[in-house]
Amino acid sequence: MITSQKKIITWQILILLAILIIWQIFSRSTNVAFFIGEPLVVFNRLIHWLFIEQDVYLHLGITLLETCLAFSIGTIAGTMCGLLLGLSPNLSAIFDPYIKALNSMPRVILAPIFAVWFGLGIWSKVALAITLVFFVVFFNVFQGIKEVSPNILANAKMLGANRKQLIRSVYLPSATSWVFSSLHTSIGLAFVGAVVGEYLGSASGVGYLILQAEGSFDINTVIAGIILLTVCALILDTLVGLIEQKLMVWRPASGSNEKL
Amino acid sequence: MNNPAAALSLSNISCSFPSSDNQSIYTAIENVDLDLETGEFVSIVGPTGCGKSTILNVAAGLISPSKGSVKVFGEGLNSINQHAGYMFQSNTLMPWRSAKENIMLGLEYHGLAKQEINDIAEDWLRKVGLGNFGNRYPHQLSGGMQKRVALAQTLALNPKIILMDEPFSALDIQTRQLMENELLQLCQSNIPDGKKSVLFITHDLDEAIAMSDRVIVMSAGPASHPIGNFKIDLPKPRDVAEIKSHAKFHEYYSMIWNVLRSEVMKSYSQQMK
Repeated sequence: MITSQKKIITWQILILLAILIIWQIFSRSTNVAFFIGEPLVVFNRLIHWLFIEQDVYLHLGITLLETCLAFSIGTIAGTMCGLLLGLSPNLSAIFDPYIKALNSMPRVILAPIFAVWFGLGIWSKVALAITLVFFVVFFNVFQGIKEVSPNILANAKMLGANRKQLIRSVYLPSATSWVFSSLHTSIGLAFVGAVVGEYLGSASGVGYLILQAEGSFDINTVIAGIILLTVCALILDTLVGLIEQKLMVWRPASGSNEKL
Repeated sequence: MNNPAAALSLSNISCSFPSSDNQSIYTAIENVDLDLETGEFVSIVGPTGCGKSTILNVAAGLISPSKGSVKVFGEGLNSINQHAGYMFQSNTLMPWRSAKENIMLGLEYHGLAKQEINDIAEDWLRKVGLGNFGNRYPHQLSGGMQKRVALAQTLALNPKIILMDEPFSALDIQTRQLMENELLQLCQSNIPDGKKSVLFITHDLDEAIAMSDRVIVMSAGPASHPIGNFKIDLPKPRDVAEIKSHAKFHEYYSMIWNVLRSEVMKSYSQQMK
């Protein structure tokens, strides 16, 4: 097991090196480098950002702040609306066409409207990212409520649960497990929303840095920005995974069978 | 024929449901009369799809009958039956609660004090032989252990009436006999305030005879109704494995099987259509 794990990691590193070397070889021609950038320059750029000029932290902080705000607000709002509509068949029947319409709308196009409403600061980006996060969480919770095991429900009723207790002890916990299954998607979407929002008009954030660099055809900086964003997204995803592991101890780990 | 003092009394119950295509109406049970005396253990046997579970759901107050009335200790039943504990056939444990927390569930709903809930749950964990497994989640328990938790969860509320829908059908034969004996013991011993009345559904005639005071045979569905009522006069307390070698056991078995066989055949031929 351990040896094969080691082997896999070795292969992964080898592939990364191969890509970097091939990239470096191709970029020796300045005509090509104009389009694909140069790994060493990109690396240099990242070092400057992170350790020498240290000017990227402000932008990164703003992007992450937007992401976190959108993620929390979107998740909470999505969960609440999912619960509300999931528990009330009448409400869900009334709102059904509106929700479908809102969900099928390409929401990135709302960015200009949000910019007018909330200005070019962080809130227009947060709003855009919320629209992405909200629906993922909402539909998951909504579905989760509808698929609560009828056996568990009947059992809880027989044990004497009133409506409030049913919501607290049956609907909420089973919705939570659905929320968690959507969190990995929604943290990614929150990040996308924030960056796209910045890219479409802002004065700070990593999306803004990329936009600036693109304006001066500085492909190396664009790629450095992309790498930075990718690493951040990976870290956020890992964090969500860790929280999930902590809170969802009751869920059987896939593949493992602990039954006695 | 209905006894007003019975723990549970179904009189002239019928239940119809719209069929899945909404074109016709399916009558699951028709004109069911059934009394469960206080302290009595009654089993209902019958072919598959004879509406046995429907009877239990009516008795539990989970569905209201299309016709007829249900009385619990002489009072009409309009909502959930508060005097009854229901052990379902399927798995009803909450996967996000540990064994102990699952047992605590009903007690929490009833608003008992924290300390009391904890004591009762610990007590029941020991009674069902899971004293060291209270912190395990359902997926970490074997099928038999899960059933024991479900049993403890139902009995922790000390219900006067216990409804059981093929509770042990998914268990292997050894675990099953163990659980059956445990249930008999628990029903006979835990009697601070009156005896438990049990309505037990099974399709296993052995199990029905070994455990019950009375066995009721249902006809094949649709519109099924009781067609046989057999008093089981075997010595108590019983051990389900030993009682099967009792001479009268076989008499009862062939007597009931004679009635049941034709219904099983009917039900089988209907399914083959």
